[in-house]
Amino acid sequence: MSSSTSPAAHPSARLDDPVAPVTRLQRSYWQARDTWTVTKRNLRHFVRQPRLLVFSTIQPIMFVVLFSSVFGGVAGDALPGDLSYIDFLLPGLFIQSAAFRSTQTAVGLAEDLERGVVDRFRSMPMSRSAVLAGRTLADLTRSLAIVLLMIVVGYLIGFRFTEGVLSAIGAILIVGLFGYLMSWLFCWLALLVPGAEAAQTAGFVIIFPLVFASSIFVPLETMPSWLAPIAAQSPLTHAADAARALSVGGDALGPALLTIAWCGGLLAFVVPMAVRRYRRIT
Amino acid sequence: MSRSTAVTVEGVRKRFGDTDALAGVDLKVEEGEVLGMLGPNGAGKTTLVRVLATLLPPDSGTATIFGRDVIKDADVVRRSIGLTGQYAAVDELLTGRENLRMFGELFHLSGREARRRSDELLERFDLAEAADRNAKTYSGGMRRRLDLASSLLIRPRLLFLDEPTTGLDPRSRNAIWEIIRELVNEGTTLLLTTQYLEEADVLADRIAVIDHGTIIAEGTGDELKDQVGGQVVDIVLSDPGEAEQARAAVPAAEFAGNNRSLRVAIDAEDALSVVSQVADALSRAGVGVRDLGLRRPTLDDVFLQLTGDAVPGDDDEVTADMEISA
Repeated sequence: MSSSTSPAAHPSARLDDPVAPVTRLQRSYWQARDTWTVTKRNLRHFVRQPRLLVFSTIQPIMFVVLFSSVFGGVAGDALPGDLSYIDFLLPGLFIQSAAFRSTQTAVGLAEDLERGVVDRFRSMPMSRSAVLAGRTLADLTRSLAIVLLMIVVGYLIGFRFTEGVLSAIGAILIVGLFGYLMSWLFCWLALLVPGAEAAQTAGFVIIFPLVFASSIFVPLETMPSWLAPIAAQSPLTHAADAARALSVGGDALGPALLTIAWCGGLLAFVVPMAVRRYRRIT
Repeated sequence: MSRSTAVTVEGVRKRFGDTDALAGVDLKVEEGEVLGMLGPNGAGKTTLVRVLATLLPPDSGTATIFGRDVIKDADVVRRSIGLTGQYAAVDELLTGRENLRMFGELFHLSGREARRRSDELLERFDLAEAADRNAKTYSGGMRRRLDLASSLLIRPRLLFLDEPTTGLDPRSRNAIWEIIRELVNEGTTLLLTTQYLEEADVLADRIAVIDHGTIIAEGTGDELKDQVGGQVVDIVLSDPGEAEQARAAVPAAEFAGNNRSLRVAIDAEDALSVVSQVADALSRAGVGVRDLGLRRPTLDDVFLQLTGDAVPGDDDEVTADMEISA
């Protein structure tokens, strides 16, 4: 234990500290930098948990291969024109995988809350929204990386984007927006329901029916008459339809606008609610 | 700059369900002072620290840090405090160096300054060799040092140390004490909670004893020891079965912690004669004695007398006998 550091060498924080955010612009700057710091931290977490990394990569590959092989024969007949099932399925699976992975946002946040590192964050003069924004942004990054992986696997078994590069990017952006909304929803959920396991269970119970009652796996026309109209209203259907149309053709504008409206509207509500809740947790 | 009051707590209450975690706490800590908050598990120490560190709003009462309210001015308060908890709130999946850099950036140091301070602290806290290993692989003492370093990236005006050595082996404990002493020498105001009397005695200028959510005594270690009285004669019986006989022979004796230890409080002047009288009385009564000696009260005695319930695992009946209501 050397005592080489004299007190004068320390940057000292004082109540009249010049680094205290004063203007709105400065506050936004610190908010962005704090968010980036927390994002970096969460991205490091992904690569330092090999089991999680392997699981979260293998699962989407498995889904692409299994669903297209197992359901391809049955579902293929119900598809319009000469659309192959993998072309129909893959854009839907982007949405499915984004939805399933958002439960990981809840689990990660719940674990942080249990570990006490959040206590330190909360006792520091950092931006209040950075812990949540950093987590959702890191999850978005991971989500997009997994979509790219699914595209590679899809290409190996016959999937092709048919609408050009810009539309393909549009499809990925729709998936990102949808996944980002889901992440924030699950952040909020994790703050309302304490405990990592509770967050996971609650997530599964909510996500599973939503994913299946949508156009992700099969066209709505094949569903029973009581389910089809419900599924038609689902934001997951809009998102899957938009991603699909942008990937392999069809009416993209309607579902894309609906998806943007749903996601934008819900984000405008959920983000402040989650941040408010985060500030109040004890 | 004149010294100001670092911490002011007035009538703070906090209830969890049916329990009063804090049942009206009043407290003052002056700048530059080291206050030891001493109390058993569940006394309310951590709850009070959490209130003061802006993590937990009190149900009623006010708490200010350097004159700023912990609720209304939480943002300002957070720029002047550091918090190190008993659970070592570091990120296990990051290395020691990454932890410090992250916290440095979140304290709004520039990237360069955060790196410089991190390297400096790793060196100072003897973590340089382990700096690039995940904190998960650290020993308890290393984690605690990293946790403490994380609070010092900016020099806090007031540092909370919530049971900084609980669960550490003596060597690691000494290392933490060494660091704490350096911080005190640099003029940091410290609020230290502990269940170890020795720790409060060694490190703190002033000790506040907390139990059942209220502060039941306050003063320097010596002042508190004086409250218990001057010297005592301690008697340890060979056979606890003879306890009643012993008390009959020496009516001034009281049980001290368990049913084979008795204690007689005395004035310093006639210490020697009391010792011989006690010895005579016991031998006349035929009570077997394993140990008999004169000693000055320790903070243990203060604690025992004040809380009436200090040493876990003691016979409840006996401690209930000597409970002194606060």
